[in-house]
Amino acid sequence: MKKLLSALVLLSVTLFATAQDKKKYIATMEKNVAALDTTRDGKQLQNLANTFERIASAEKAEWLPSYYAAYCYVNMTYSTKGDEIDTYCDRADKFIKVADSISPNNSEIYTLRAQIASARISVNPMTRGQKYGMESGEWREKAKELDKTNPRPYYLEGTAYYFTPAMFGGGKDKAKPVFQKALEMYETFKPASTIAPNWGKNSCNYFIKECDKK
Amino acid sequence: MKRILTLYVLILLSSQGILAQTKVSGKILDQKKQPLPGVNVFIKDTYDGASTDANGNFSFTAADTGDVIIVCSFIGFEQIEKKVKLTSSDFTFNTSMKESLNELKVVTISAGTIEASDERKTTVLKPLDIVTTAGAQGDIVGALKTLPGAQQIGESEGLFVRGGDGSETKTIIDGMMVNKPFFSSAPDIASRGRFSPFLFKGTIFSTGGYSAQYGQGMSSVLALETQDLPGQTSSTLAISSVGIGGGYNKLWKEKNASAGFDLNYANLLPYFKLVKQTPEYTRAPQFSGGSVNFRKKTSPSGMLKFYGYFNLSDLGIKTASIDSTNGFKNLFELNNSDVYTNLTYKERLGEKWMMNIGASYSTNVDNIKTWTDSIRSQSDMTQGRLVFTRGIGKLSIIRFGGEYQYTFDEVKVDGAKYGYNYHVKNSIYDNYSAQFIEADIYLTPKLVWRAGARGEHTTIEKEYVISPRTSVAYKLGDKSQISFAYGQFYQKPDREYLFYTKIPGYNKATHYIANIQRVDDLHTLRAEVYYKKYDNLTNLIDSTNSGFGYAQGLDIFWRDKKTIDGVDYWISYTYIETKRKYQTYPKEVTPPFAATHTASLVFKKFFEKLNLSSGFTYTYASGRPYYNPNNPDFMSDRTIDYHSLGINGAYLRQVKNCFAVLAFSVTNVIGNDQIFGYRYSYDLQRSAAVTPPAKRFFFVGLFLSFGQNRSKEVIENNN
Repeated sequence: MKKLLSALVLLSVTLFATAQDKKKYIATMEKNVAALDTTRDGKQLQNLANTFERIASAEKAEWLPSYYAAYCYVNMTYSTKGDEIDTYCDRADKFIKVADSISPNNSEIYTLRAQIASARISVNPMTRGQKYGMESGEWREKAKELDKTNPRPYYLEGTAYYFTPAMFGGGKDKAKPVFQKALEMYETFKPASTIAPNWGKNSCNYFIKECDKK
Repeated sequence: MKRILTLYVLILLSSQGILAQTKVSGKILDQKKQPLPGVNVFIKDTYDGASTDANGNFSFTAADTGDVIIVCSFIGFEQIEKKVKLTSSDFTFNTSMKESLNELKVVTISAGTIEASDERKTTVLKPLDIVTTAGAQGDIVGALKTLPGAQQIGESEGLFVRGGDGSETKTIIDGMMVNKPFFSSAPDIASRGRFSPFLFKGTIFSTGGYSAQYGQGMSSVLALETQDLPGQTSSTLAISSVGIGGGYNKLWKEKNASAGFDLNYANLLPYFKLVKQTPEYTRAPQFSGGSVNFRKKTSPSGMLKFYGYFNLSDLGIKTASIDSTNGFKNLFELNNSDVYTNLTYKERLGEKWMMNIGASYSTNVDNIKTWTDSIRSQSDMTQGRLVFTRGIGKLSIIRFGGEYQYTFDEVKVDGAKYGYNYHVKNSIYDNYSAQFIEADIYLTPKLVWRAGARGEHTTIEKEYVISPRTSVAYKLGDKSQISFAYGQFYQKPDREYLFYTKIPGYNKATHYIANIQRVDDLHTLRAEVYYKKYDNLTNLIDSTNSGFGYAQGLDIFWRDKKTIDGVDYWISYTYIETKRKYQTYPKEVTPPFAATHTASLVFKKFFEKLNLSSGFTYTYASGRPYYNPNNPDFMSDRTIDYHSLGINGAYLRQVKNCFAVLAFSVTNVIGNDQIFGYRYSYDLQRSAAVTPPAKRFFFVGLFLSFGQNRSKEVIENNN
């Protein structure tokens, strides 16, 4: 009896603890993912990246903490210049690879890979445009293939056209329909959970407006 | 029962981490003891941690006690993991973090070396720069001539570097020497390089003090590295004012192999009809040729490459004979065939080792006809090369290997002069072998010492020589560094001399170079001083190697991509003082291939709205010495100064998957007189200036490239 009781107690403790841990994980993630929406400042992004890194360190079976850490670093590239961009991209790559090893063939992870490759172009568009543009395109297509409802690869494709000069096959005219398609998809897209990736819609709207400006 | 309950509660509580708590705080510094903000300090495998503030301070509460690992993680720094024991009392943790090594923080040897590469960041040029330099006409050597150290020589091909003649620069492709890197040329007319700049992903132009990996160039090596697998399957088409060309390059679906070919034909007859040339062309220059390539990634680290090139060229030229007063013209007809092949394989052997193997065969035949002579000149080279590289620690490497070259040279002359016929045939065979060893030792990431030696033997000289080479580079700051180089360089005498007499001993040059440079994303400043000593030069007067000489000077390079919006420009300046006694020189003088001052301004601007890229190159060189037999002071005459302004432009357009470039270029726009020297008649009564065959060269071309990237098609179809 006593044995059974202690076994029950232990089991309930473990279950309770696991449930508690899961709650703690979701709660922490929700708080920090929400913070991402409003953060563009480099220092704050760094702190958020650090938080996600710590969560990743504790939650080894979860891909989202590493994914968001990578997301922070790729967003930090937009406020850096020159060779430093590569340093941030390398860091983002490191985290996205961890996420990929936990959750292979994930459309969101391939989307972020595409974004990292695009970010590397800005180090030197003249010499890098072709190589990384192509790499980014490949990841993007793979992301589309893996989840046909994911609007983010389309959004990224729009930005790729937007930032490519017309003479190299880009331009606002080409970008706009792609952004519009992405926006349609955003309208119907349902994120898998409260902490699953759900970014890009506002920026997509912003770019559509920019495309209309002459 | 009570006990169990207590335990239950205890466990529950502890699982929520209320039980033991430790305040962990401290300060994180960098190597210079400056506070590091943004560092992630946390207990491994837990949520507990914090980022450091602007003063490098952090503080957090850790739920666990006992043995834990504290992690300090920060972008650009090496992660620290340290085991500590936490008790319930406050814990202080202070440490300093080391910057992680990346390419920008590690010094590289820069003395004597100018590199163009996309892969490395600290290079002064990008491969694209070679194609877009005005006045270079898409010729690698043409573009390199705008860099300091090189002379503006228009009467013969080649790179004349720091007091050296064209034969003192050797061209290397993927480690293998190229016997005939330039098209065969008519006397006093420089020809282009054979290889398209688009073939190469990296170019290293050494103006001295180069690695023990290479030899037989007393002044310089031009080391070219071919492209890896292309990004996509593509075809190209080119139509220009001088010819047509096209090619196809297929990338296998698995993206581990590619194969391609290209064919081209050029004929200058229509162009010469439009633009008058000074010499009379009996046959306008014609070139037909092509290349094949095959590349295969044999493993994640293995790469097999084959490149094969063939070309036939033909020209005939009549030039007024200086010895004639009644309008007699000399005839020179040239028919050339050239084949070059290169096969290389590289693979990693285990963790530390890397192996490079190469083989190459080339053959070149010139058939030359003059009024009196018919000359056949053949030059073949077969070579093999094997290099092992081993990594030592994080940065240092040791590299060793050897190469072997078998050369066959033959000249046959059938002639008739002054009423009698003659037949001459001279052949030389040579077995050249070389061994080298070289180590790049990083004493710290900021200080590297390269030490190496090369041993060389030729059967023609039957002498084994060892040339030591060494250099040191030290990084002064994030962007600046200084470096020094010393080396000995041997070269066997030119084949032209070897045919007729046996000249003992190798020619030899000794280099001393000091360099300082500052490179960031947008600016490059480089200054180099050198002293070069020549020994054992070929002396044709007594058929010995008693010639000698020296060169010393200053090279400056400045590049700025920032100050003017959309403009990229560079300025190079070369000052040289050089003298030598060799060949038939009666005394030590400045040779005709060295101008005291040379300067270039290369300017490139991109007009984004017009889709137009445009630029100009202005080059100046002070007058060069020439031999005037009427002047008793040997080689004391100087030509007029050299000025040249070249312009170019390219209009770019992409339509669906076709990328089009419409390019034009004009050399010597202003039409300055360019005189490279003088020729004197046999009786010394008359002289004629050596000039380019026409004042200007105009070029217009349309280049189309059709990419077949599937993802692009997908995009087009979806929209």
